[in-house]
Amino acid sequence: MQRIYRKLKRLVSGEDESLRADGGTTVEHAESESLLSSEFVQSLPFWLPPFLLMGFFVYGAIGWNFIISLTDFETFQLPTYKLSALDFEMYRQLFNDPGFWTAARNTLVLLVAFTGLCLVFGLILAIIVDRDIRFENTFRTIYLLPMSLSFVVTAKFWAWMYNFNSGMINVTFRSFGLDFLAHQWISDPTTKLAAVIFALIWQFSGYAMVVYLAGLRAIPDEHFEAARVDGASTWRMYRRVIVPQLRASTVSAAVVLMVFALKAFDFLYVMFGRQPGPAADILATMMYREAFGSLHWAYGSAIAIVLFVMALAVVTPYLYNEYRRGEL
Amino acid sequence: MSGTPAAPDPENRTWTDRVRRSVRTTSTSRALLYVVLFALVAFYLAPLEAGIMTAFKTQNAFNTSLPFFPPLGDGFTLEAWRVALDKLQSGLVNSLLLAIPATVLSATLGSFAAYGITNVDWKYQMPIVALFVAGIFIPYQAVLVPLARLFTIVDTQALLSPLWGLPFMHEYYANLINLIIAHTAYGIPITFLLFRSYYRNFSDEMLEAARLDGASVFSIYRNIVLPLSKPMFAVTLIYQFTQVWNDLLFALVIIPSGSGSSAPVTVALNNLSGGIIQSFGLQMAGAFIAAIPTLIVYVLFGDQFAKGVAS
Repeated sequence: MQRIYRKLKRLVSGEDESLRADGGTTVEHAESESLLSSEFVQSLPFWLPPFLLMGFFVYGAIGWNFIISLTDFETFQLPTYKLSALDFEMYRQLFNDPGFWTAARNTLVLLVAFTGLCLVFGLILAIIVDRDIRFENTFRTIYLLPMSLSFVVTAKFWAWMYNFNSGMINVTFRSFGLDFLAHQWISDPTTKLAAVIFALIWQFSGYAMVVYLAGLRAIPDEHFEAARVDGASTWRMYRRVIVPQLRASTVSAAVVLMVFALKAFDFLYVMFGRQPGPAADILATMMYREAFGSLHWAYGSAIAIVLFVMALAVVTPYLYNEYRRGEL
Repeated sequence: MSGTPAAPDPENRTWTDRVRRSVRTTSTSRALLYVVLFALVAFYLAPLEAGIMTAFKTQNAFNTSLPFFPPLGDGFTLEAWRVALDKLQSGLVNSLLLAIPATVLSATLGSFAAYGITNVDWKYQMPIVALFVAGIFIPYQAVLVPLARLFTIVDTQALLSPLWGLPFMHEYYANLINLIIAHTAYGIPITFLLFRSYYRNFSDEMLEAARLDGASVFSIYRNIVLPLSKPMFAVTLIYQFTQVWNDLLFALVIIPSGSGSSAPVTVALNNLSGGIIQSFGLQMAGAFIAAIPTLIVYVLFGDQFAKGVAS
């Protein structure tokens, strides 16, 4: 290794011109080497075991899950994987199940409302925090703090915040004489999902803020100068110059927030148990209830595949775009 | 960037610093800005503050005082903390036994994989990269049923039976081993991505020089890449530790229900109930106890966490 370090040092200090000059020929040498000593083969022990482990648990499991969804695996009876016995019966049942459509609608509402509001709120936070304030790090840390907590913990906090009799929200309203504002936040079907979304925004808007802060600081000076010369107002400046420049930040934050939203299962499970009721049932909770509560394994697997396809529809364009921009 | 805006250091200028050059900022609007900032602090900390206050209150004080007021005089008690700690302690131990190996394993494997694909020259890596990265975005519901099936087919407890005779080993650790395997496997995509974005910025020249010297792929990793990876390991370990510690779903599926002894702290917290009267003090104390490890990690390494999250 000493040799390598010496060479590195020479290279960095620019002494070793010959090394760079014959760089091209060495590459040719490498190509004519035997396959066994090639870098590709040498790299296999590094990436192949993690790839196989991850591949088995992710793609293998999804494949297995898909096959299970084609069986009628229920209770403790084992699935029959006989080719002739596989069919799309579970999907037919699923699409005829009104509960499924309610859950699918709630999933979409949760995804769109949570992601959208988090982005808007995160952007506002970022603009405020970016106003050259004192103790910026402290404010930023506090706003990001809820993100370090688990869904189980945040669900415990919010279940209590929303409690009708002794919860902080209602008690605060009552103590200001605003009794009419006190409400059954998480029992009333009309406010249930909104209450969940609000708590999730509390937990994750700090994340959107961090991403937008990084984006704001990456905007080159000239863009601002140009707008200033044009005599744009602050509002116009933000709307016409800043926000469009933050497109990349928006996309990356949105994708990650959607992943968080898909994992909101933990939150709902702690708050409502297996039965969030139709107003807050999402596909994730429905899947868990069907598979692990009622032991309708095949039916649960079919819901899982629908959820997977939904995720794929969001992620594939994103990954393709990242690939095209050379960011992957 | 908490200093005064007087310093004309271009690196340190924020957006609004530039905005302010054209928009006259009055001291009133400046004061208003801080009012908003502190209102936001209140918004983010209110549930936590009220939670702490409640956890220290007797049932009587709970019924008679406002949630966010501190417990006064007789109203103060440590009872909730004592009960919660008692009920959660085996969960805390299990979570540590689970999170530490799972975190280290997934970070190490992620680093291996990212190095083997990013810094070693071979073509057609992109499909493999795409498969790794797409793994981050799969909804876990799509793998739950097979995961549960797998661990009923593969009986880790029987496979490792010689281990259970050793001191300090329990048969229920087999459940934790299953969880460690699952968390490691599902952690690899994100650790891969974190390390890949870091390794891509390594200068080609540096690694090329080592290659020309005849260093093997392994020795380059061991002697150059690994020592330089320390900052990224810090970020990845923090991130993964938080993820594994906070997980509920895999634990629900992989740990057989009713086997209280191997349940991690999230499951124990979810099952925490205060008997007939629902005691919010107990729930809040339990929530804080379960959150302490990630809060410590976050407060100590918060800045690195934020950077890692942003990248």
